[in-house]
Order: sequence, then structure tokens, then C-alpha cells
Amino acid sequence: MTGRPTVEALSQKLLEATVGGPLSTHAGPYFGEFGGRFVPEALIAALDELDTEYHKALTDPAFGRELARLHRTYTGRPSPLTEVPRFAQHVAPGVRVFLKREDLNHTGSHKINNVLGQALLVKRMGKTRVIAETGAGQHGVATATAAALLDLECVVYMGEEDTRRQALNVARMRLLGAEVVPVTIGTRTLKDAINEALRDWVANVDTTHYLLGTVTGPHPFPEMVRDFHKIIGEEAKAQLLEEIGRLPDAVAACVGGGSNAMGIFNAFLDDPGVRLFGFEAGGAGISSGRHAARFSGGEPGVLHGAKSYLLQDEDGQTLPSHSVSAGLDYPSVGPEHAWLHDIGRADYRPVTDDEAMEAFRLLCRTEGIIPAIESAHALAGAIQLGGELSGWTGDDGHEPVLLINLSGRGDKDVATAAAWFDLIEDEPVVLADQGEQL
Amino acid sequence: MNSTAPRAVAVRSQVAEHLDSLGRSALIGYLPVGYPTVDGSIDAVRTMIDAGADVVELGVPYSDPVMDGPTVQRAVDAALAGGTRVGDTIRAVEQVSGRGAPVLVMTYWNLVLRYGVDAFARDLAAAGGAGLITPDLIPDEATDWIAASDAHGLDRVFLVAPSSTPERLASTAAASRGFVYAASTMGVTGERATVGTKAAELVAHTRAAGAERVCVGLGVSRREQAAEIAGYADGVIVGSALVRTLLDASDDAAGRDALARLTTDLAEGVRSASRSDR
Repeated sequence: MTGRPTVEALSQKLLEATVGGPLSTHAGPYFGEFGGRFVPEALIAALDELDTEYHKALTDPAFGRELARLHRTYTGRPSPLTEVPRFAQHVAPGVRVFLKREDLNHTGSHKINNVLGQALLVKRMGKTRVIAETGAGQHGVATATAAALLDLECVVYMGEEDTRRQALNVARMRLLGAEVVPVTIGTRTLKDAINEALRDWVANVDTTHYLLGTVTGPHPFPEMVRDFHKIIGEEAKAQLLEEIGRLPDAVAACVGGGSNAMGIFNAFLDDPGVRLFGFEAGGAGISSGRHAARFSGGEPGVLHGAKSYLLQDEDGQTLPSHSVSAGLDYPSVGPEHAWLHDIGRADYRPVTDDEAMEAFRLLCRTEGIIPAIESAHALAGAIQLGGELSGWTGDDGHEPVLLINLSGRGDKDVATAAAWFDLIEDEPVVLADQGEQL
Repeated sequence: MNSTAPRAVAVRSQVAEHLDSLGRSALIGYLPVGYPTVDGSIDAVRTMIDAGADVVELGVPYSDPVMDGPTVQRAVDAALAGGTRVGDTIRAVEQVSGRGAPVLVMTYWNLVLRYGVDAFARDLAAAGGAGLITPDLIPDEATDWIAASDAHGLDRVFLVAPSSTPERLASTAAASRGFVYAASTMGVTGERATVGTKAAELVAHTRAAGAERVCVGLGVSRREQAAEIAGYADGVIVGSALVRTLLDASDDAAGRDALARLTTDLAEGVRSASRSDR
């Protein structure tokens, strides 16, 4: 299909990109030409404080111990690694597929990894209030959960459009004691929720931490959020070595802001033999203009504090994104992904709504696992790779191994899926929601 | 890329010369291009100048204005919905400059990045514009803009906030030309009952950090506030209150009348101040 660089060529490019050190520990504020701090001066002091406190915490064994304890006793880490042979038959003959089961974490997705890390930092900084943005509600639920656990006041900004699409998650956040503020300005989706969170933060920065949910935003967020999620790839690497005694040939993840993808990519960034694939929301198709595929349909620009690839019009106004998955429905992407794209270390491809929903159903039926629609984009990407994978047998002739990050579970998406596949006779949505035991 | 450029080569500053010639604090009025229409906004700016605004701050409508409160958001949303383009700002600058009030453009950074930093500077200078106010661009990220503004003789107004450290006050003052914009409070644009004592302290600290001229914005809406700030700052920046006169009006002519009345009132406030500090 696309002319992939050879491993040798990739190694050479990597060498050039990594003169400053390994990719996996690359520090902000810049990732190549991307990243930075394009924010009002009023926030710089708080970002500096966060950066300082974060790096102090990294060298404090007590912080590491406390986070590890929460991972083990609260989140349920390590998350399992599951081989899915019946699903793998639909990818390509002879390919082995393993899922990293972030869907089994407490609160239902990988988001909790970052939230617990940042919430512990909030306590260290002596702040008492956290704010967060959320699209699908997963990050909002995770933040509300950590706020309840650590006794923090919590306000979650959510586009009014999304509060309607994800009413169940709104109720979950409120059950957990968070205030949910519907954002009624602009496109009333995730990007506008981030705008409102930033406005709140400027006004309340003395008491408030902005618990940003992905690897976007001003430095140090992209670096810090990546680091809080890198446990995903580290665990998966160890689990695979234990299970099959070698590294995977390829790693796949969905990419919205890009936190689950950075989380699983990071441990493999400096293994040039491991190909990395990020699957973006292709929505109704790139040519339709209704998508969230920043690498196929966007160009470098600045949004929400960082320079990265961005869906924008010819004036530089942000274009609305579209995806069946609210969690991938964002017009920009983490700056480290932009860098990995430009240096050729990772390959980013679009997956349409239709492809994602087919893969969603396929995993349900072949493996008894209901994935989040976000994660279904990575599954659909694996099917898209299909035959390409077959060519990647190693020197020892082993069968190709694909590792996929199953970043979240699909409980929240049951109503969407019921409507998509026409599973319930009439007025299905509300009944399905009420029937769920969450 | 991460270091603040040294103070620029000697470039004439349109705004600094104008502020110095006034011999008093200036009234700096903000209006966005494209509200109620592009031509309507040009008329409104002319009205504002004729009613006593000393310097114009012309806002470029942007889809994600994180430093703006609800009033400005409403106006720029309407301007964008009405089809206002970035190029309209250059045309508006051309139409309103030469009336005795220097014209600064307030813009979020992606719009300039997209246009091309040097191309934007070139076209703004050719249109008679004085420079840029950049609410989401700090000097640390402004290497290209510092070069372009030097090359095309434009002012560059960076912001300081009550949270700015002494080191950042100094580096921002050194990177700015024209004046330094002191945000009176931690927050976004919008009218506030009181501006508070933080603004006066921030102005003093910014001067101590090397700034020659410091103007104060955020929250100013009334004559008494303008008079108070004019007592210690080189300029008083008013935005949301002026925009609201246009938003609340029943038609464009009524909007311009209300805008003229408020501008006159604020201008009298600014002129009534005694400059105790200088």
C-alpha cells in the first residue's frame, strides 16, 4: 500500500531525531517543531509550578510508591494481556493478535492512569479544586472519581451537545460529586469545553489545577500525561516477553488527543523493529470533510496551547471535527504524535465510522469483549493492515504479532451501537441506558 | 527558540510616539472586525475615534478565543457566522488608520501563523497598522514575530499578569515595543465592578522591570474606573463595555450613538485624571 520505510531507513531517521537521547524519554516543551506554550501569560506561572512539582515528584520514592499502590489496589493494574485468536482470523491468516486490556481498569478506560498521577500532584501542590474537560465523558468520570477519592472539589466542562449524547456519563459524574457544566458556546463539543476550562483556569489558578485529559495542551502536559500512561506499554512489553519471548512486530492504537496511543507506543519507540500505527477517526470519509483525521486532512497550527497538526480552514479558524466516537472527535492531536509522524517513526491512518462499527461488532461476537468505539478504531485499523502484517515475519520465521491497545470498554456506547445496528425495536436509547447496571 | 530575543534594533514605535505626545494617559478602545458587519465595524471604529479614543485595538475574530469572556465571544461568533475573513482585518486597518489614532490589531496566534508571520506583518504595515497585541503568544514563542515586527517596523504588545514573576516581567518588557499590556486581574475579558489594587501594583512592578509604557486592560467599563487607572497607567484599555453597546442596540445607528456616548464618557474620565506618579 503505502511505501513504508525499511527498518534500516527508519533506524537512520531515528538516529538523526534522537541525537538528544532516546525517543522514549524525550522532554518538552518541543517535539521537533511541535509543542510549546501558546497560552496567555497569566498561566505561565502555574505551568512552571506544575513542571517543577512534577519533576520533583518523579525523584521522590514516596510519590512513586503511592501511585503504584493506587494502580494495584484501586485501578486493578497490571491490566491483563489477552490473545484474541478468533478475532485474529479476520485480520490475516497466521497473525497473532494481543489486546492490552485497559478496558478492565476501574472507570472503564486508560484515562484513570493519568488522572491518579495528576491528582496526587494536586495534593502535593496544595490545591483544592480540579477542573477538567470531557468529550465522551470517560476523562470526566475518571477525574470525578479521583476527586472523590482524594477529597478535591471537581468541576467538569462538557459541550452541551456531548451532555446530550452521553447523558449516562453526566449522571455518573454527578453521582461521584462533581459539578458538570454544559458548555453552550461555539460548536458545543470538546474543543469548546477546553476553551471554557482554560478560561476558568486563568481566573482561578491560585486554587485550581486543570487536570487535562490527554497528551495535548501547553508544556508540561504532553510530556507529563505521556509519562503517566507509559505504564501501558511497559506492562504490555513485559507481558509479551513472558508470553511469547519477543517483541511484537507492530503496535496499534486509536488516536484522538493521543494519550492511550502514547501510553502504549512509548515503551517501543526505541525498538525500530516494532512498527507503530495510530488510527484516527476518518468519520464519514476524508473526502466528505466530516472526520477527525488530522494527519490526512489537517496541517500544522496552534490550538489550546500547542503547535501540532490541526483541522483548520484557510484562515486558520478551527474546523469542526466529526466522528461516531466522541472521544476521537477533536480537531488537533498531541504534539509528540505530530513529531513521530514527521520523523516517520509512527504511521497514522484514518478509519471510517463504518469500519470502526464493524470491528466493534466483530470483537463482541468473536471474543465476547465489548470495546469502546474509540478502541474499535484500532481494531478496524488492524483489519485494514491485514495482508501487510503477513509480510512481517521476523528472521526466525515466526508468525507476525500485533499488539493492540484496547483503551476502553463499550458500556457507554451500548446506546449508540443499538441505534447503529438497529438492535432494539423503538425508542431504544433511553430503555437501553436504564437497563444497564453500571 | 526558547530564549527571548534581545531588545530590538531601533524601530520607530507609532504607538509610543503617540502616547508620549498626549502628555496624559490614553484611552484605548477595542472593537472586533466584522460586528455587526465588516463595514459596520469600520463605521463603529471611526465613531469611537471621533468620540475620543486615542488608540484603536482592532480584534480579529477567532473560533477559539480563550482570553475572551461572553460579551466579546458573542460578537466574534456573530462576525464569523457572517463570513468575516482575516483579510477583512487588513482592509479595516486601511479604512480606519490616518484619523489620528494608531491602530493595533489584537489577534490569536494561529491566524497569523496561517497567514504567514512575515506576510501578515508586511500587509499590516502596508495598511498603516501600528502593530499587534498577542494574547496567546508569549515572547518565548515569538522568535518569528519579533523578527517580522522589526523588519516591518511594527509594535509588539505582549501581556503581563498579576501572576507574572519578576523575571518574566523583565523579559516581557524587554521584548515589547509600544507598551506592555497589564492584565488588571486573573481572568478573561469582561466588565467588572472593581478593577482592584492588583493592577496598580502590576503597573509599578512592570515599570520597575524596565517597561517604559504600561497600559491596563480587563474589566474596565466605567468612567470612574478609567479615571482611576489613568492616574497611574499610560493607557486604559476598554473592550467588552464598548462591544456591549453594539450588541445591545436595536439597530446599527443606535449602536453607534451608544458607543459614542460611552467613549466620550470614558475619554472624559481618562482626561480628568491627575498623573500623580510621573
